[in-house]
Amino acid sequence: MRHDITLRVNNDTYQVSVDSWRTLNEVLREELNLTGTKRGCGTGDCGACTVLVDGRSVNSCLTLAVEMEGREITTVEGLAPSGEELHPIQKAFVEQGAIQCGFCTPGMEMSALNLLGKNPNPSEKQIREGLSGNLCRCTGYTKIVEAISVTAGEMKKTRKK
Amino acid sequence: MTVSKFEYYGPSTIEETCDLLEKMGEGAMVMAGGTDLLVKISRMLVAPKVVIGLKKIEGLNRISFGPVKGLSIGATALLADVAAHPKIKKNYPALAAAAEETANVQVRNMGTVVGNLCNGAPSAENAPALIALGGQVVIMSSKGTRHLPLDDFFKGPGITAIEPGEIVTAVTVPPPPAKSGASYRHISARGKVDISAVCVGVMVTMDGQTCKEARIALGAVAPIPMRAVEAENMLMGNRVSKELIKKAGLKAREESKPISDMRASAEYRKKMVAVLTERALTEAYERALKG
Repeated sequence: MRHDITLRVNNDTYQVSVDSWRTLNEVLREELNLTGTKRGCGTGDCGACTVLVDGRSVNSCLTLAVEMEGREITTVEGLAPSGEELHPIQKAFVEQGAIQCGFCTPGMEMSALNLLGKNPNPSEKQIREGLSGNLCRCTGYTKIVEAISVTAGEMKKTRKK
Repeated sequence: MTVSKFEYYGPSTIEETCDLLEKMGEGAMVMAGGTDLLVKISRMLVAPKVVIGLKKIEGLNRISFGPVKGLSIGATALLADVAAHPKIKKNYPALAAAAEETANVQVRNMGTVVGNLCNGAPSAENAPALIALGGQVVIMSSKGTRHLPLDDFFKGPGITAIEPGEIVTAVTVPPPPAKSGASYRHISARGKVDISAVCVGVMVTMDGQTCKEARIALGAVAPIPMRAVEAENMLMGNRVSKELIKKAGLKAREESKPISDMRASAEYRKKMVAVLTERALTEAYERALKG
């Protein structure tokens, strides 16, 4: 049986017809062409598929699309909706050299967004804990942690203004 | 994800869920967060014909606490919400710690405490803390409701006391006894990412300097989360000291029955049972004296 559902992704509304067993990851990538969200392990260990659902980070590979009716989904494409101006997290990743092969980057950025939403001023330890569900096979963690720290600092300055 | 194909139902009440379970019979599986079930499906360890998602059931994610009734955690309450709940942090810090130290950020935003129990893993992080605290599960079916102490819930690796047609709707914990303290400790090879190699939950209730009651539960060192009864007996009725706590840790080590697997050797696990039990008992004892 297929399920006709309404998906809200990055403030856009989509009508899709999905099989029960299809994951949110598959529907985002294959039906909606939102391929910024990666598929890595498929078992919730690597975090490359991380998206926000109602503001909380989840593994889209372990989320059934059919359960997403009425939820607000944010993918990495939603960070820079204009397609030109980067989100402060993305800008920091570029400027701090936090991207090597780039495969983990979308998931890392979504986990950073989840973390900074809850804790705008995280310590290094808290940043590392906030990234506990994301693996970087290039092992470039130091720069990623620094980029998130820089973002937190930038966001603080913006708030003070 | 190359998963086997299944039908999905998202009932909106517990009654509807129980009816569906009964109607679909064998081959229907209940899903809360899906972080264990969908992995098992993709690894072809299980192949349900029907998956019944519980997330649409209103109020099933409720967490409530009262000084007389104690704590109730609904079946779809997220690990992240249990870990961050102010009343759980205040009254059951050992449980908040266990939920906080389960898996990683994303899994805690999807997975549930009740699901962690129902998955029946010997290493279930929330089991030792909840067993130590005297937790019970609320099990419902179309025939009615039963309450089962967690001591009797686990039957084997991946096997629990849930009968066909039944679902666990909540886990409940009595109010913390006066002059009691509890603690949770765990260790794994790779910090937060990995499943525990050993986890320990304890609760002690004091009468002055004497231990009135002790509950010690060990995870990942036997086919099911187990009580270290002899270690508990060493403490109960005796004056608590550093030496006695150390002895109880060594006794728990003797009682544990770990195997060697990819996460740790049996020998290492035994050593860690002694270390973690000693640390957990020390913290629980200090908390009890303050309480």
